[in-house]
Amino acid sequence: MNLDLILGILQIVLIATTPLVFAGIGELVTEKSGVLNLGVEGMMLVGAVSAFIILVITGSYFLAFFVSILSGIIMSGLFAFLVLFLMSNQIATGLALTIFGIGLSSMLGKQYIGTPIDGLSPWFFVIFSFLIVFLVSYFFYKTKAGLILRAVGESHNSAHALGYSVIKIRFLSIIFGGSMCALAGSYISICYAPMWQEGMTAGRGWIALALVVFATWKPERVLIGAYIFGGVTILQMNLQALGLRFPGQFFSMAPYVATIIVLVLISSNKLRIKLSAPASLTIPFYKGR
Amino acid sequence: MNSLFPSIVSRSQSSGLMNFFVPIISIVLTLITGSIIFVLLGFDPVYALYTFFISPISSTYGISELFVKATPLALIAIGLSYCFKNNIYNIGAEGQLTMGAIFGGGIGILFHDTNAFWLLPLMIFAGAIGGALWGLIPAILKTKFNTNEILTSLMLVYVALFILDYLVVGPWKDPFGYSFPKSRPFSESGRMPLLFDGLRVHFGLIITLFLIFVSWFIFSKTIFGFQLKVSGYSPKAARYAGFNQTTLVFFAFAICGAFAGIAGLAEVSGPIGLLYRDISPNYGFTAIIVAFLGRLHPIGIIFASLVIALTYLGAEDAQLFLQIPSAVGFIFQGLVLFYLLGAELLINYKLTYKKLL
Repeated sequence: MNLDLILGILQIVLIATTPLVFAGIGELVTEKSGVLNLGVEGMMLVGAVSAFIILVITGSYFLAFFVSILSGIIMSGLFAFLVLFLMSNQIATGLALTIFGIGLSSMLGKQYIGTPIDGLSPWFFVIFSFLIVFLVSYFFYKTKAGLILRAVGESHNSAHALGYSVIKIRFLSIIFGGSMCALAGSYISICYAPMWQEGMTAGRGWIALALVVFATWKPERVLIGAYIFGGVTILQMNLQALGLRFPGQFFSMAPYVATIIVLVLISSNKLRIKLSAPASLTIPFYKGR
Repeated sequence: MNSLFPSIVSRSQSSGLMNFFVPIISIVLTLITGSIIFVLLGFDPVYALYTFFISPISSTYGISELFVKATPLALIAIGLSYCFKNNIYNIGAEGQLTMGAIFGGGIGILFHDTNAFWLLPLMIFAGAIGGALWGLIPAILKTKFNTNEILTSLMLVYVALFILDYLVVGPWKDPFGYSFPKSRPFSESGRMPLLFDGLRVHFGLIITLFLIFVSWFIFSKTIFGFQLKVSGYSPKAARYAGFNQTTLVFFAFAICGAFAGIAGLAEVSGPIGLLYRDISPNYGFTAIIVAFLGRLHPIGIIFASLVIALTYLGAEDAQLFLQIPSAVGFIFQGLVLFYLLGAELLINYKLTYKKLL
């Protein structure tokens, strides 16, 4: 293998992994505040389609990303309203968000399938994805606001007793997660693909959810996990392209099998998972008497 | 004078009346939202709603199709209620369905030129085993390695789909199939008998109703059903009473997997007749909505499966007559679940207006 080939593969890995980093770090912040949002895939799809439509209509990349992030805020805001104010079951609400997002994105994007657009260079976003991970890490471990957010995720009753608004902090964390998922989606439809196709996020939202557990809820590890997944996916494509005589389906299932194995390895250490997972994850907060 | 906004007060006991009304409220709200969406898309809402919800079932054939779609949904949903009652979040029923279709369908392909009375029962049995084994993987990982079942059961869906894909383009491909990715057709005795001539509704419906009845009996009359319910409401109380949580998790996953597996086999040996890639239009995921909408109750699940089956048929008709993409069905499914989950508040909490003066 020569240097050019290695550099080429490295480039592809960077470009392909970036959406996983965005969605993963967004979901991590949401989960750190004690809320599990399974709607990642749905928010990514709606983000992807809204960015694409706005780009086709206005031709403005700025507006495309702006509206896409707005769509993420609206979708996650809907989720936040249900789980925070109506105290609905977070797991079922997240699933509803994904199903709703799949339907909404397919309907909105119907007439845009196959529309050609000029893709945007991904490099700004690749760099931004590294930056955001370190910003989140700095926020969590070096700022007071980050400490409060983590406290809300660990014990909402204690945080409430100390006078912090649990609902407000969780709302903001959910909104941040939604924006990041939408950004991941718009990156896929405008930089990575660039095109619109039904269900084009292809399960990346679920991988992002697995990444958070893989990272044991630590921001930098999301980066490591994402690059392992991204690397495996690209490696599998290249081996197939090289004509390895092995059914492609077994390569395609590799990331999912790998996810299961990694989850088992990480969670089998009960103490470690107990220490790293936010203690209030999925438990609704009720300011009752 | 009362305050403008109601405050939420916890009920001492969940409201049985609301338990009954909440699904109905959510369906009504979904219909209202749906007509608003149709108006925004520029359709006459009455005509659109008629096309979506009435015209698909205004013929005998349409009603038969409704039962064809409701059969797998109800069967998987009743299986899921074994898990959900115990707060086990098995969201991988789609994978268990696929594995059931692979195991049962594999028997069908093996005996593709055999016509015997034992073939279909053997296929159903194999389908149940396949689904149960696939369901037991997350159960083992949860109990032995403490791994969260939400993600593992979901990842296994993709693995099962790729295995099916590998089989129908590889070793199980029909040698006379002109390289289409599909298997040989099953023999006549490997097919679900039709209940009426000329209609697609099949024997799977009878199996489903039977298993729903059995489940009703288990939930309400056996100690196992009681244990499931108690450990769902209060894990601490269940531990104190000495219920074995590991056993409960195993049984819940195995039963749910087996039911989903039978549903998968009923699809491939019923309307389809062979194995190919797209055997299920997301029945395994949609059944989660059916289970919640039916409030994990056997009778509720029967009604919920018919309502959700109608969104499948309506979406097909909407695509045909209104040129709306059939994905609009997912929008309705998502909406009904949103409203349901939101309105569930009314079951465990009540809204009161505080007196200001």
